Amino acid sequence: MAGLGFEETELRLGLPGGSNEAEEAAAAVRSSGKRGYAETIDLVLKLEPASAAAPPSEDDEEVADGVAEAQPSPAAADGQLKRSPSQCSVVTAAQPDADPEKPRAPKAQAVGWPPVRSFRRNMLAATAERGGAALVKVSMDGAPYLRKVDMGTYKSYQELSKALEKMFSSFTIGNDCSQAQGMTGMNESKLVDLLNGSDYVPTYEDKDGDWMLVGDVPWEMFVASCKRLRIMKGSEAIGLAPRAMEKCKSRS
Amino acid sequence: WAPPDQVLENVLESVLEFLTAARDRNAASLVCRSWYRAEAQTRRELFIGNCYAVSPRRAVERFGGVRAVVLKGKPRFADFSLVPHGWGANVSPWVAALGPAYPRLERICLKRMTVSDDELALIPKSFPLFKELSLVCCDGFTTRGLAVIAEGCRHLRVLDLTEDYFHEEESEVVDWISKFPECSTSLESLVFDCVSVPFNFEALEALVARSPALRRLRVNDHVSIEQLRRLMARAPHLTHLGTGSFRSEPGPGGALSVSELATSFAASRSLVCLSGFLDANAAYLPAIYQVCANLTSLNFSFAGLTDEEFIPVIRHCVNLRTLWVLDTVGDEGLRAVAETCSNLRELRVFPLDATEDSEGSVSDIGLQAISEGCRKLESILYFCQRMTNAAVIAMSENCPDLLVFRLCIMGRHRPDRITGAPMDEGFGAIVMNCKRLTRLSVSGLLTDKAFAYIGGHGKLIKTLSVAFAGNSDMSLQHVFEGCTRLQKLEVRDSPFGDKGLLSGLNYFYNMRFFWMNSCRLTVKGCGDVAQQMPNLVVEVMKENEGEMDTVDKLYLYRSLAGPREDAPSFVNIL
Repeated sequence: MAGLGFEETELRLGLPGGSNEAEEAAAAVRSSGKRGYAETIDLVLKLEPASAAAPPSEDDEEVADGVAEAQPSPAAADGQLKRSPSQCSVVTAAQPDADPEKPRAPKAQAVGWPPVRSFRRNMLAATAERGGAALVKVSMDGAPYLRKVDMGTYKSYQELSKALEKMFSSFTIGNDCSQAQGMTGMNESKLVDLLNGSDYVPTYEDKDGDWMLVGDVPWEMFVASCKRLRIMKGSEAIGLAPRAMEKCKSRS
Repeated sequence: WAPPDQVLENVLESVLEFLTAARDRNAASLVCRSWYRAEAQTRRELFIGNCYAVSPRRAVERFGGVRAVVLKGKPRFADFSLVPHGWGANVSPWVAALGPAYPRLERICLKRMTVSDDELALIPKSFPLFKELSLVCCDGFTTRGLAVIAEGCRHLRVLDLTEDYFHEEESEVVDWISKFPECSTSLESLVFDCVSVPFNFEALEALVARSPALRRLRVNDHVSIEQLRRLMARAPHLTHLGTGSFRSEPGPGGALSVSELATSFAASRSLVCLSGFLDANAAYLPAIYQVCANLTSLNFSFAGLTDEEFIPVIRHCVNLRTLWVLDTVGDEGLRAVAETCSNLRELRVFPLDATEDSEGSVSDIGLQAISEGCRKLESILYFCQRMTNAAVIAMSENCPDLLVFRLCIMGRHRPDRITGAPMDEGFGAIVMNCKRLTRLSVSGLLTDKAFAYIGGHGKLIKTLSVAFAGNSDMSLQHVFEGCTRLQKLEVRDSPFGDKGLLSGLNYFYNMRFFWMNSCRLTVKGCGDVAQQMPNLVVEVMKENEGEMDTVDKLYLYRSLAGPREDAPSFVNIL
């Protein structure tokens, strides 16, 4: 990710530090400009939780840029400036998950920068939320190639599993679904049955890099957090169940 | 028998009817009193670039025969949340004045103004011949107001709602589309893509069917591709189409196939402008191939298309003059544009992820390619994270006809990505080589040198936008002294103080406005300006009660109306 050296917020004449050049050049090479939002992610077949080692980056520093930030006052006292409706959307878009465990805290954003109208910001944010054109790679243990699915075209776990079933025939979850009434909500006993009964278990990697069992959370939440799908051999997935439960519990 | 000077005045009025450009009319009105009167009676369009520059009463007293009013309110920085809520630009004093004065008014166009439903309701009441309403970047109204317009304005030809701030609870939405007259309508243009709430589709379909003059239709994202097809069948003569979501919502008949959609597009032989694609499913794009060759304008700026999805489409668009896209198409997508659209006049590349730390998917490579392929380019808006002076210089040399150059390097203070130098030379080349340039937005790491170039060569620049740039007040001085045609200047987060502000003293009366945000101004400095310039309104705003003397926002503008009475408490007029 092309980071911004905070030393640069101090205006001075002359060239910025050489390290920034290397950063910029590396970033330019890395990003070929094909995927703006990194919707397709290279599948890495590892089960270790990915959350532990996030690379340290310049974004770790949270520097309050005194001149640049025109943070509006939160309290709407009389005589003080209030945020207009359009302002709220700007700040919301800028706010990341407020998870203290995350090493990557983006630096404080300047209001109204970059200068994109809130109509456009809201529209694009809504599209991303609806999962429009969010392509997710699907792999199945033992299958010779990866497939891609557009998460936006499905409205429920049942629809998704039907599609996956078509893609990877003899995908057992589809059979289970026809017996159980879909997989909405958390249901420990169903998951345990799944693990015992079938050869394959659908799992997904969420935004935090953790591998979860498909069906743990409500559909919309799943679509919003799913980055890639992997249909694992049941034996490998057993270790997931307790952790997935823990995570869901700690979240709620 | 009429006295000779009366005859002269009649003749003059007949002649002046043909004069339409405001500048020409302004010039004519200065010749002598007789010309002043004749011009005032024959001016048909009243253009007020700053609603606070003149009082409604005064405007109405001078011009007697107005048929169309264009009013602009908040400064452009309001679009980026830099103008606090409740600042002003309410249309109410204007509506109150226009109503009694111009019963024959036909057209109102408002930009960045607050318009309430009650004010909209005054339109059909006051103007029985009303024909065209256009609201751009406005706020304050709901579907209730739209319903009144639809129902009351029986001769309505144009209802254009463009990028307005529309917030309404779905439970309160009114079925405004059903309120249009039941008989055949005179509608020519209906644009409501920003009215992002559900509406009565059957009513729209019926409305389109009974509006034979309809040529422009832009619907919101609640219209599926199946519904779009139905609309297109009802309006085969459309020239401008906003396609809604461009996504399938399959009904009992199943999802629409691409070939079925293609048939619909093939039947729309008059289409020249396509927009919408607000939640597009790229699988349907091949359906538009048949119309691409006729397109002069294409807006993909809400569709996050990859280069693989975009390139096959753009290759068909050989006659394109205007293109808006998202940066997801990448430098590769822009290369395809350069190779195909040799007639391109306007290009806008928006960021999918409009944050400073985003990846950014286009760079100097894309800009260079465009400059080489689209030599006739006149207007460009380009958001990116990586840029070089070389690419900007190339554009200045390859596209000398540029009128508008707006480059937004999203990361603040970014230098040339290859040399590490400031972006001074690039912008310098633009002002030197593009001799017709009237609008410029700068970004990236910039020193005073860039502004020396701008002042030295940007003689025709009317609008200048500066953010996070410059070293010292010299930058502002260069601009004021050099840009003799400057009308609109907006500056934010740059190290300019009172000295820079004062260097503009001799020039403020020639400008429409000057906005300075988060710079280094003090109340005293702004007060000095206010004192020396009686016909200038100097508004200052502070966000924190803390530091007494600093100014967060300065907005100054020439005005015949004096300090406004509707200023909220956080605005201090010096």
